[in-house]
Amino acid sequence: MNKVENNFKLRVSSTPHIRSKCSVDDIMLDVIIALMPAAFAGVILFGQRALAVLLVSVAACVGFELVYQVLAHKKLTINDFSAVVTGMLLGLTMPSGVPVYVIVVAAFIAIIVTKQLFGGIGQNFMNPALVGRAFALASFPAVMTSFAYQKIDFFQKTADVMTGATPLSDEYIMKTPTIKEHFIGMYENGTAIPGCIGETCVLALLLGFAYLLIRRVISARIPLAYIGSVMLMTWAFGSNASAAAQSPILAVMSGGVLLGAIFMATDYVTSPTTSVGQIIFGIGCGVITCVIRFWGGYPEGVTYAILLMNVLTPLIDRWTMPKPFGYVKK
Amino acid sequence: MLKKLSFKGGIHPKDNKNQTSAKTIETLTPPTELIFPLAQHIGAPCTPCVQKGDYVKVGQKIADCEAFVSAPIHSSVSGTVKDFKMYPVSNGSMVESIVIENDFQDTVDESVKPIDYKTVNPDDIPKLVREAGIVGMGGAAFPTHVKLMPPADKKIDTIIVNCSECEPYLTSDYRVMMEAPEEIVTGIMVVLYRFGIENGHIAIEDNKPLAVEKMKEACKNTPITVDVLKTKYPQGGEKQLIYAVTKRKVPLGGLPADAGAIVINTDTCAAIGRKFMYGMPLTRRIVTVVGTPFSKEVNYKVRIGTPIDYIIEQNGGFVAEPKKMIIGGPMMGVAQFRLDMPIIKATSAILAFTEKEAHIPEESACIRCGKCVEQCPMGLMPLYLYDFAKRGDMDACEKYNVDACIECGCCSFGCPAKRNMVQAIRVAKQNVLTEKRKRAQQERNEQGGK
Repeated sequence: MNKVENNFKLRVSSTPHIRSKCSVDDIMLDVIIALMPAAFAGVILFGQRALAVLLVSVAACVGFELVYQVLAHKKLTINDFSAVVTGMLLGLTMPSGVPVYVIVVAAFIAIIVTKQLFGGIGQNFMNPALVGRAFALASFPAVMTSFAYQKIDFFQKTADVMTGATPLSDEYIMKTPTIKEHFIGMYENGTAIPGCIGETCVLALLLGFAYLLIRRVISARIPLAYIGSVMLMTWAFGSNASAAAQSPILAVMSGGVLLGAIFMATDYVTSPTTSVGQIIFGIGCGVITCVIRFWGGYPEGVTYAILLMNVLTPLIDRWTMPKPFGYVKK
Repeated sequence: MLKKLSFKGGIHPKDNKNQTSAKTIETLTPPTELIFPLAQHIGAPCTPCVQKGDYVKVGQKIADCEAFVSAPIHSSVSGTVKDFKMYPVSNGSMVESIVIENDFQDTVDESVKPIDYKTVNPDDIPKLVREAGIVGMGGAAFPTHVKLMPPADKKIDTIIVNCSECEPYLTSDYRVMMEAPEEIVTGIMVVLYRFGIENGHIAIEDNKPLAVEKMKEACKNTPITVDVLKTKYPQGGEKQLIYAVTKRKVPLGGLPADAGAIVINTDTCAAIGRKFMYGMPLTRRIVTVVGTPFSKEVNYKVRIGTPIDYIIEQNGGFVAEPKKMIIGGPMMGVAQFRLDMPIIKATSAILAFTEKEAHIPEESACIRCGKCVEQCPMGLMPLYLYDFAKRGDMDACEKYNVDACIECGCCSFGCPAKRNMVQAIRVAKQNVLTEKRKRAQQERNEQGGK
């Protein structure tokens, strides 16, 4: 009877026997694709130098991860593209004229100190790119807050370039950009709105947002809660702020709110996993951003707002643990 | 258009039903020797009521048990009882089994007679269902008569036939709907009659529009409603299904009866129908044979007791080397290490995977994407449960409601880091449940001592 040869080596494992195709590197690739419009706009607006900043930043982040993992005899994970994402985010939150050594120091803090020393991907409790940026901002405040008004070529000395504060600052010397100008990141006369490489072109950021939503990489909960609460706070308390920060719409369009809300606050590792938690997280980010903007010492507060909320993430997850299906009060 | 019924969470695996869904059920010639394991259901195993050398007929009871949670076993062929032997079953254990030599006469037992259920006292229906050896044929094999006898304080007002067949690859229930809808309708009418109610539902996923039409046609002039469900796994999970159809939630730790509902699997319902229409107890089932390694993918009508390797051989063997053999669907079926065990009442499919399909991806670190939380149909947080389970922290597992897990596998399926979550959570759940039971026992003992 047993004519079917039973000499196959059958593999036995626990269920489920099928897995979805989606993998970590697919997700990271999607984020990279979503960041492309912002990167492209940054290079158009701020010139070749912006491209150099992005390339150095990505190379430094991937390089540090590689060196650390080789030296520490860890499994190489640079092929999951997460270091590329960190590098791009770090570069996009820097001014185009930033010196190379600042980028390298920030990348070191991001990848080695924030990510690898805490155990690598998934283990960091704060967003690596934002910690790198915060470190650079505290250590090199002058270069991190002088933003170019024009394109810089690859080898042009940054000293020759006119720089200044962003429209959010009280020291801003030009006229407040209109909504339309914010949309493309450029004044009608062709001057770039000063800011970090990736934060000034609203159109590019929204394209990236749409891509992430369509690909279901992120949900809209954190970005919308963040943006909504910034608008609400500005409407209520905006009279304390500089001209650009008084209008709820302009307050969202200028500075780092969109870049932060779409790409930084939605970082999986450092944001809550429950839907209620994500909304609380977004609102927290928005409120802290505005508190810093209106009453703090900095013209912009996105970086610190998200970092503070990152630290609260485990607590938020615990507070908002969903009730299981069919839960009955005891 | 009808609103499609559903639940929160769940996943959308590729359904892979086209290989077999359009093909008519083929009847498989029984082999010369059939094996009847004495434990084919949840509950107490049976003891044989025949002896070596006895002549048995089709539909004759060959084993039974006094226990309430148990169901008798019937011969699916006529022939001679040849032996009592230990045989493997698909859950991996060895079970004492009756071996019957087929005489190919198919002499039917005298007890096999149609019964008009309307002439039976409703309270006697469960007894007849038990006599037919009917158990849940979706995989769990829970004796059906137990479901039909809920505690007196639970009022049943809804009967749902689970025709969702949400597991990918499986089409056996679909083919039963297409080819024997009257058996399903009779089955549900019997159950409705038993409870004296009229609220019967046949719940079908929207990827089976032909079956919806067929069942609607068959349900004409009956009080039964055909419900269209959104195609989503685990739509056929008992709690998910009850919620989708009635919007009632089965309380945690409770039974469907606590939500006033009883859920019956498609083929089980058809088996109840056959018991009353033809008098035949449960002796056959429909088995989907599917997977790229098979030379032919089809549904077979198989006598219970037929060895699986015989079916594969009759089906033309393999055209590619199988690397994984699964009894049941790919989400909740059991992987096998041998193929000589028999088809039992709950064997719904034989699924074969090639090396590539059977590949187990390497696990990487959790990136906290939250997919598992979003997809968990029970509203749990698998990412944390998995960490606690691996760490052996059973208190934390209990606090995060590990005992509510239905082991559907959505978390592991969707995880981009390919983490083996449900695999570890399942073990933790067993530990927590054992611990809970121990505590309850202790409390009872202490109270008893006072």
